[in-house]
Amino acid sequence: MTVVYEDHGDEAAGAEVPMRRIKFSINGQKKIAEVEPRLLLAHLIRRGLGLTGTHMGCDTTNCGACTVLVDGQPAKSCTMLAVQADGHEISTVEGLAGAAELHPLQEGFREEHGLQCGFCTPGMMMAAKALLDENPDPTEEDVRWALSGNLCRCTGYQNIVKSVLWAADKLRAEG
Amino acid sequence: MYPSRFNYEAPRSLAEAIALLHDGGDYAKVLAGGQSLVPLMKLRFASPDLIVDINNVPGLDYHRADPDGTLRIGALCRHAELERSDLLKSTQPTMAAAAPLIADPIVRTRGTLVGSLCHADPQGDWASVVTALGGSVVAQGPAGRRTIPLAAFVTGPFENVLEPDEIAVEAVIPAAQGTRSGGYLKLERRVGDFATVGVAVAVETKGETVTRAGIGLTGVGGSTIAATEAAQALTGQPLTAESIGRAADLAAAAARPRTDHRGSADYKRHMVRTFVVRILSRGAVEERAA
Repeated sequence: MTVVYEDHGDEAAGAEVPMRRIKFSINGQKKIAEVEPRLLLAHLIRRGLGLTGTHMGCDTTNCGACTVLVDGQPAKSCTMLAVQADGHEISTVEGLAGAAELHPLQEGFREEHGLQCGFCTPGMMMAAKALLDENPDPTEEDVRWALSGNLCRCTGYQNIVKSVLWAADKLRAEG
Repeated sequence: MYPSRFNYEAPRSLAEAIALLHDGGDYAKVLAGGQSLVPLMKLRFASPDLIVDINNVPGLDYHRADPDGTLRIGALCRHAELERSDLLKSTQPTMAAAAPLIADPIVRTRGTLVGSLCHADPQGDWASVVTALGGSVVAQGPAGRRTIPLAAFVTGPFENVLEPDEIAVEAVIPAAQGTRSGGYLKLERRVGDFATVGVAVAVETKGETVTRAGIGLTGVGGSTIAATEAAQALTGQPLTAESIGRAADLAAAAARPRTDHRGSADYKRHMVRTFVVRILSRGAVEERAA
């Protein structure tokens, strides 16, 4: 895997680039990657794996657009080094849907109009997935708590909360 | 944004981590939760040559109470674990109040209390809490372990006394000499923002009498502020509206806020006073009910 960096002239000329080999899984598929330690997990996912559903918003650990699951726990992938994925299971929004049908969270966002521009949506869905995996019957307050690290500039959040509650209902009905 | 180039090691024992730091010299940094360090590296406020990632070191992801009630929080204990902790809910009201207010729930799954203390941000919430509780940091280096009271551990904004080859392995909260009450209140513009004002109050009582009190202030000075005189105004007597008011005035006087986009200095000082009264009045009410 090759990652091309902008040359800002601030790297020591001819300095040896440290590389690490990591093994991890992404949406259930096992992978091996050669990464420079400073590569961020978000960039490994977007550039290395071509999974551009994980969005980079603020790049400063605020907005949550880059949220993925690491061993089932939500993490802001702009604030994790790719090397730290070594030995861990990463899940992104691409892993939500089955071959034939959408995940109930994705259905919920469609049914309840949980997105407008869609930029924050993958992060919202992954944060919501972590919540529903742990708490299948959340209250509205639980949903608001779980999504409080994700920013949306379009919807005012109301429909996002409704979407997650819709998905929770559907997942419970499916058993 | 990318960090500048660094070497990376992920040791599997504390001894190995310390040896790497020892050989790595002044420009090695320990990575635990990374929720402050990685952003600093991306902004290139920090450009270490070597990152020693301790996430694979076993035995650091605990928080537990000794038989005498001393609380120990390991270097890999995440904020989220403290937020969910029944132990904190039953024995550490100030910490239990603060845990859900650290950053946001996603950051809390990775960030650590010990890392927050090491980061020594004047706006850090845990430092005020640990200050109020009279806590310490345990550092381990090639020469062994030493316990450093938090007041001596932090020497300035983003500065601590760790040697380059030392790792903060644990935070320690001393056992209460009586019934513990208190809380943490934080004024923030939105979830995940730094505190406009944060106030931590920890009180221990025997019978009606306050035997120990601590007050820590977040975000209202160049470093975490220990409002010592305010705390002293509470001790040796029952909590009364008068003693609470006096402590609140002294805490507000101890604050050194600056006017910025989060609010005016006067407003922040006023909020310090208000928070001290709110935390202690609530504690006093709960105590009477019990």
